[in-house]
Amino acid sequence: MQRVVFPNKILPYILVAPQIVLTIVFFFWPASQALYQSVMRENPFGLKSGFVGLANFSAVLADGSYLNSLQVTVIFSVLTALLSMGLALLLATAADRVVRGQTFYRTLLIWPYAVAPAVAGMLWLFMFNPAMGTFAYILRRNGFYWDPLLNGNHAMVLIVVAAAWKQISYNFLFFVAGLQAIPKSLIEAAAIDGARGTRRFWTIVFPLLAPTTFFLLVVNTVYAFFDTFGIIHSVTGGGPAKATETLVYKVYNDGFVNLNLGSSAAQSVILMAIVVALTAFQFRFVERRVHYG
Amino acid sequence: MATITLKDVKKTYGGNVDAIRGVSLAIADGEFIVLVGPSGCGKSTLLRMIAGLESITSGEIAIGDRVVNRLEPAERDIAMVFQNYALYPHMTVRQNLAYGLKNRNTPKEEIERRIAKAAKSLEIDAFLDRKPRQLSGGQRQRVAMGRAIVREPVAFLFDEPLSNLDAKLRVQMRVEIKQLQRALGTTSVYVTHDQLEAMTLADRLVVLNGGRIEQVGTPIELYEKPETSFVATFIGSPSMNLLEIEGASSDWSAPPAFVNQPGTALLGIRPEDIGLADGSTDNDRFRARVRVGAVELVGAESYVHGSLTSGQPLVFRVAGRSRIGIDDELDVVARPESLHAFDAAGRRL
Repeated sequence: MQRVVFPNKILPYILVAPQIVLTIVFFFWPASQALYQSVMRENPFGLKSGFVGLANFSAVLADGSYLNSLQVTVIFSVLTALLSMGLALLLATAADRVVRGQTFYRTLLIWPYAVAPAVAGMLWLFMFNPAMGTFAYILRRNGFYWDPLLNGNHAMVLIVVAAAWKQISYNFLFFVAGLQAIPKSLIEAAAIDGARGTRRFWTIVFPLLAPTTFFLLVVNTVYAFFDTFGIIHSVTGGGPAKATETLVYKVYNDGFVNLNLGSSAAQSVILMAIVVALTAFQFRFVERRVHYG
Repeated sequence: MATITLKDVKKTYGGNVDAIRGVSLAIADGEFIVLVGPSGCGKSTLLRMIAGLESITSGEIAIGDRVVNRLEPAERDIAMVFQNYALYPHMTVRQNLAYGLKNRNTPKEEIERRIAKAAKSLEIDAFLDRKPRQLSGGQRQRVAMGRAIVREPVAFLFDEPLSNLDAKLRVQMRVEIKQLQRALGTTSVYVTHDQLEAMTLADRLVVLNGGRIEQVGTPIELYEKPETSFVATFIGSPSMNLLEIEGASSDWSAPPAFVNQPGTALLGIRPEDIGLADGSTDNDRFRARVRVGAVELVGAESYVHGSLTSGQPLVFRVAGRSRIGIDDELDVVARPESLHAFDAAGRRL
């Protein structure tokens, strides 16, 4: 790293100040508020709050609906990450073979990423809403009783598809770049060595894509945990019967709808811990089995 | 083991760029053929067409009795050594060697046996369980060779395999490749732009230029009787001097019998065939007066870069460390049998 020396002593601080201010206002302050709130309990009228120690945490962890929400989150995240990465990889390998118009395909495929989560949710809702959705109508006409408003599994499928669809473009871009970074001579050597199509993919291409896949796994898990609030909020609102209430959605629901601030704050603190642990785990154990170069 | 036969093979890119303009070549079983030529002459393309990595626009390529035009690389039973080695970075050396055999469902014991044998002959048994990135350039080169050998293919294809090595290692590997090929007796096609590598390795050399074969022959044939002025200047280092007969002035003279051949346009003399005049006045020799521009000492000999009074450059060799200085004027001679004559199109007369 190059060492840069500023002649002016204050200038460097002014240059980094905007970022620092943003981080403090939008991260450290709310996070510290959450930590503070998580050990407080409001009285029924919301006028006073008192210190209760870890009571909020023990209440949350003993709560059946919280554990249900944890299970929903795990299923939702795993399915979303697998679906979006799987489809992205499929599209990327297909685009890698296209010789002409590659930029055109890539431009089209990146568009969904520019759509806001809530808007993406609405798009899918319009298509699959049992009352007015075109696809819902087609499904029903073909004898499939489709109703995400009543059937929890249907609701889960709907939000997984919507969340995965939005993330495919992002994953696609990275997979395309990863595929292009594989030296062509390696693929040719494998071709001469008698490995065709799928076998070549699984024994040569996929292992060499491992760093990209690993990176995307981290990004997609974090995405499914946090950035899908808008989709869930617009499509299912956590229902039916809390079948799609993820941890993040429950934090919102308990805190801002039911105004149980202490419980909500305790949940966000647990969520923070989960994400820190998850990321640490991925870097420590998954990365070890990833081959770089 | 197999012959490789090319019949009027052509390659056109995008409908109008001709990379290979009709190459016919018969490679005998067990022969070591070197394709050599300047960059962009189509030598690599031709090799890749034999391998099946490039399609053939027209013509026919046969390995043994089989026409392989439409066969996948895997079905051609050839092995290739790439310039950048193309070792699979996520596999150990052992897995790299075994990969091609596993894909062909070779029995496990047979794979073990072949790897052990190849590893021993290439002296790579010490690092069979390492990954390619833990190896030096020379070791990677050996592994790449090993991967080709264990397959026991009918032909080896080499695409400039030594160009990423340093000079000393290159000479050593060159000798080893030659010995290995002799021992195995496998038909080999080797691509290089280095004429020295080409001369020392080849049973027969194929000089390519602009997608066409200039000349095919043993290294000695090409050196002693180059069929075209291109081959004459490409083979040999420093390259052959070419003097234009047209408008030749009084600053050099050649045997009349030689210059008077009909159509003679270029006179070629290798630097090593020119010597300093020794005072004899034989009329049938090539004679010239040279002003010295530079002297290159390369150890046992020196190359003198000079120019004739008309400005034409002339390079010649002197043995040992010469006392020739810059701007000296010297008389040089060459014997008539060492002269080469070419016509205006560069063809040998």
